[in-house]
Amino acid sequence: MSTLASPGTAKATTAPKSAGPLKRFWRNNGAGYMFLLPWFIGFFGLTAGPALVSLYLSFTNFDLLTDPRWIGAANYVRIATADAKFAASMRVTFTYVLLSVPLKLAFALLVAVALNRGMRGLPWYRAIFYLPSLLGTSVAIAVLWRQLFASNGLVNSFLANFGIDGPSWISNPGTSLYTLVILAVWQFGSPMIIFLAGLRQIPQDMYEAASLDGASKWRQFWKITLPLLTPVVFFNAVVQTIDAFKAFTPAFIISGGTGGPINSTLFYTLYLYQEAFGFFRMGYASALAWILLVIIALFTAFSFLSARYWVHYDD
Amino acid sequence: MTDTAAKAVLDDDRGTEVVGLDDKRKPWASALIHALLIGASILMLYPLLWMLSASFRPSQEIFNSTSLIPSEVSVDAYPRGWFGLRVSFGVFFWNSLVIALLSVIGNVMACSLAAFAFARLQFRGRNFWFAIMLGTLMLPYHVTLIPQYVLFLNLGWVNTILPLVVPKFLAADAFFIFLMVQFFRGIPKELDEAAMMDGCSPWRIYWKIMLPLSMPVLATAAIFTFLWTWDDFFGPLIYLNDMRTFTVQLGLRSFVDSQGGQSDWAGLFAMSILSLVPIFFFFLFFQRLLIQGIATTGMKR
Repeated sequence: MSTLASPGTAKATTAPKSAGPLKRFWRNNGAGYMFLLPWFIGFFGLTAGPALVSLYLSFTNFDLLTDPRWIGAANYVRIATADAKFAASMRVTFTYVLLSVPLKLAFALLVAVALNRGMRGLPWYRAIFYLPSLLGTSVAIAVLWRQLFASNGLVNSFLANFGIDGPSWISNPGTSLYTLVILAVWQFGSPMIIFLAGLRQIPQDMYEAASLDGASKWRQFWKITLPLLTPVVFFNAVVQTIDAFKAFTPAFIISGGTGGPINSTLFYTLYLYQEAFGFFRMGYASALAWILLVIIALFTAFSFLSARYWVHYDD
Repeated sequence: MTDTAAKAVLDDDRGTEVVGLDDKRKPWASALIHALLIGASILMLYPLLWMLSASFRPSQEIFNSTSLIPSEVSVDAYPRGWFGLRVSFGVFFWNSLVIALLSVIGNVMACSLAAFAFARLQFRGRNFWFAIMLGTLMLPYHVTLIPQYVLFLNLGWVNTILPLVVPKFLAADAFFIFLMVQFFRGIPKELDEAAMMDGCSPWRIYWKIMLPLSMPVLATAAIFTFLWTWDDFFGPLIYLNDMRTFTVQLGLRSFVDSQGGQSDWAGLFAMSILSLVPIFFFFLFFQRLLIQGIATTGMKR
């Protein structure tokens, strides 16, 4: 992945050999800052400033109506020790992340490998598999899911053909979360496209050489495809995991905003939303937001550290 | 991910010699894989097609039916859904369209300005600010959410489109800055150096050279901004409380709530289908751009 190259690389080629007006032109710092002005206003006014304020708020009691009142680490202490809903939302979110991301990536990789054999109709298959991930975050799709897994919905009508009397998947706390996992897996299209791009970059002659040596397709997959694809697997895993931690809309629509039944779909972001905009506990919700940031940062750091041991980078 | 990767993915469309190679070599294995892929395609599309067909049936027929063909076709659900709430869906569609189009303009303008500075202008602290910009990509929006809300509340912007649109004009979607920086770096330096020799200002170089040469990335940014804004639920949920200001996504949610999800499923599905039409339009006509955008940048959808 060459995407994170620093802009410093551009500088070396910029330095003009002919001096004079050109040199003076590039020396002008003002132009750069003028072009960055909108971003600077946004960065200080909407990102850096609010982030600091939210850190402050997380140590206060704040209900929007009266001024924030400093209460030290009380929010964090309560979250850690006395908040059953927080514990439930962590359990739900981690279950969702740990189930949906590996399943989604496994499907994406499986289909990408199948499509990469150089077969007819590839653009058609690719388009069909991509469509759900393009539509997926709409409320319309969440609405559809609500019907699919309702007690008399499409899934149960289908099961009834086989004489199976399915439960109401949505309103059963034992199954509701899994309907959301299925929704996530259904949207495997975009990681699949990224896998396809990665597969295309593996030199064909490696497979030819392996075939000549008598390596089976199965062996070729484990010994050539997967190792060479690990940078793409890594990238997809990080992006999809961060995204899964932030999932909100489907759980909100399917549970009617409650995270129910019995907190079984109480995604972390949904809990945060309830605290902030349902109960107006803005200080408490800020603490929740910072905990989310720390979780995502820890996960990212852990991924990059572990990458040294399993991600194969070209020399 | 590099551009060659994206080109490699798209090469298949042109029927290069690789295509169909395996089909010829091992007809049986190939037929099996085609069968599996076709089965998977049907499974993937079935819910969507079913929703489409359900929007054309009488409501009582929606449940306990797995078939895609309605016993009688009726378009009644569309006007019924359209006027199913206190405020018509026409208003919601208009609001969504205004927000999405203004967001597109804001993102393309503000992000390309910033990207031009990062990619082409020399100034003190450029690398530092570039690193900071990349850092903001990692920040979950929840961390800035509450102070931003308080800010917009105090400005009296709640129940207007301003909290949803103004940040776009301040390049708050830093992802697109990054995307454009990558593209700008690929444009030959000689072009703007020559223009500079002729005494062109940075502004003219940006406007007359960079932007015209960057149409592919500007189009990608525009399309993804439109799609993301159209689909956005969280932002409107927080900032828009008055039904006359609702977007389509909020309208659908109210529909679910007002009906208790029970009575008028056909109407709800009809409006759901309509809400997906703009997305489907981009899927049909800009698929190459969408797929290329994902393959080159690893966007999440």
